[in-house]
Amino acid sequence: MNTKVKELTDLKERVEELPADATAEIATLKQLIAQLESDPVGKLTAWEHVQLARHAERPYTLDFISRLFTSFHPIQGDRKFGDDPALVGGMALFEGEPVMVIGQQKGRNTKERLYRNYGMAKPEGYRKSIRLMRMAEKFNRPIFTFVDTPGAYPGIGAEARGQAEAIARNLRAMARLRVPIVVTVLGEGGSGGALALSLGDRILMLEHSIYSVISPESCSAILWKDQDHAKEAAEALRLTAKDMLSFKILDEIVPEPPEGSHTDWDEAAALLKQPLLRNLEEIRHQSVEEMLTARFEKFRRIGEYLE
Amino acid sequence: MHRLGFSAGSPQVRKVYRCRLYLSKLFHWGLSSRIEELFLPVHFHYHEQMAWFQRDKSPLQTPVHQEKRVQTEGLFTKCPNCENVIWKKELESSLHVCPKCDHHFKIGARQRLEFLLDEGRYKEFDAHLKSSDPLHFVDKKNYKERLAKAVKSTGSNEAVVNAEGTIHGHPVICAAMEYSFIGGSMGSVVGEKITRAIENSLDSRKPLIVVSASGGARMMEGVLSLMQMAKISAALARLDEQRVPYISLLTDPTTGGVTASFAMLGDLNIAEPRALIGFAGPRVIEQTIRQKLPEGFQRSEFLLEHGMVDAVLSRKDLPDFIADWLVFMGNGKSVSGSKFQVPG
Repeated sequence: MNTKVKELTDLKERVEELPADATAEIATLKQLIAQLESDPVGKLTAWEHVQLARHAERPYTLDFISRLFTSFHPIQGDRKFGDDPALVGGMALFEGEPVMVIGQQKGRNTKERLYRNYGMAKPEGYRKSIRLMRMAEKFNRPIFTFVDTPGAYPGIGAEARGQAEAIARNLRAMARLRVPIVVTVLGEGGSGGALALSLGDRILMLEHSIYSVISPESCSAILWKDQDHAKEAAEALRLTAKDMLSFKILDEIVPEPPEGSHTDWDEAAALLKQPLLRNLEEIRHQSVEEMLTARFEKFRRIGEYLE
Repeated sequence: MHRLGFSAGSPQVRKVYRCRLYLSKLFHWGLSSRIEELFLPVHFHYHEQMAWFQRDKSPLQTPVHQEKRVQTEGLFTKCPNCENVIWKKELESSLHVCPKCDHHFKIGARQRLEFLLDEGRYKEFDAHLKSSDPLHFVDKKNYKERLAKAVKSTGSNEAVVNAEGTIHGHPVICAAMEYSFIGGSMGSVVGEKITRAIENSLDSRKPLIVVSASGGARMMEGVLSLMQMAKISAALARLDEQRVPYISLLTDPTTGGVTASFAMLGDLNIAEPRALIGFAGPRVIEQTIRQKLPEGFQRSEFLLEHGMVDAVLSRKDLPDFIADWLVFMGNGKSVSGSKFQVPG
């Protein structure tokens, strides 16, 4: 797609050197370029978005944190069972101001992927997350969460230690936290595991990130009874940032570098900075009570039905 | 049995199975899987040396069982747990609990309300809410057809019934889920109805009881279903802050987004015996870790052992238990209490 844009731009430059009788052709080309440039995202299929969101070279939470924040000090443990490397968090300075940052972290190579459990947090991860949020509330610091996970981990230990309870408790607690919460979906917003970091005042999504109730593969397995319909499932599930905007779940789509975040990490982070600043400022215009009411209303409204 | 090369009823096979049965009775279930590991190679060894005959036709089908079922259809039902044949009338009088093995049959939302609330009487509200198919979702079937079929077969517009009634005289708001409505899955309507039940509870300060029976969020409404978890949990946060009692009753099965939101957020989480309760479904876990799950995993008793539910109670004991706790959570001081006592 983007190469096509480049080709056409080049063509446009060459065309402009042509004599005046090619005007009609130039006009058509210009129009085409404008169209492609204004709405390149709309041309990608849902499945292509899924692939971009999971791209192996896509910047992960820590890559964004290191580019957007200074003095990041990660801390560990849920004080109940253990630490979870799939979920990172700690204090950091955002434009010099102390804030709490929390997010799921995927691994870059095999060893790291195993260490980070593919970004699939366990109950101790979610319990660490809420501990850090409570600490932010205690010291009146805003919270930035970064979502990038295939989902909460489905395993024996995770079940035994109450994966469901950990997520549920986070949701209920986040609804009443008395500090601003800005949520950014960086890559995969996978089901309940993503939701456990998403109950905030603002939800932003990077252009090519996704948010879904179930992975397209699992959806295909359940509804089509095979693994071959993931593309159709991705389309049917309406999981792109644009879809989220149309459901009024999302507050803002954050643009990515022209060929996706994986092509330019610095640019991807730079594009996120202003939206984070602006949204935090907007929330701060409200009193705490107003903020909590608005946060409640934001989620209270979600859903479509006939009465 | 087939592998051994003997017919199913041969004395050798019976001996082997009696032996295995004896061993499995002797040992805890955790060990029994290991016994099987030890035991199986013996089988194979036996098979290699002793396989004199090989069955090349499929075994004869005995028509006896089928005949029986045809004759008794409608009057009897088979317990899926102990496989005993139960007279349906007897089952109904025992609240759909197997009189032989205490297996708790799945029941519908309306039956649940009848069993739970005084004299089986309740006033339904929010019954008119219906799904609008916001995603125009089509897989092998289309969602609209699935909905129409579910409405017809359950007599409800959605997978939850909101009701008002009393338990031992205590007024309560009760939302009961209907598993036979698309697996009790939670879409926009279920989310909205449970939120309204919570808000009703908040306004009237009547205690809230939610009976879960659900496979989780409804795929056919995509992320809108997922967000119902956030919506309900946010409403429950207000209920919690206002100190209105909330009792969550988990029944077979309660999994996925329902467990990971309201079902786990009760002041009390109570469950019926042997109900499947978890975040991820057993099949998903097996596929992820690539091994079979132990017997009893994700059942009520497992959750009780791991501190995730407060009590596992027989269907018949639920009203007494809830009523006593409502006394504790309410404003009244002196009361007589129910006849219910924890056994032992």
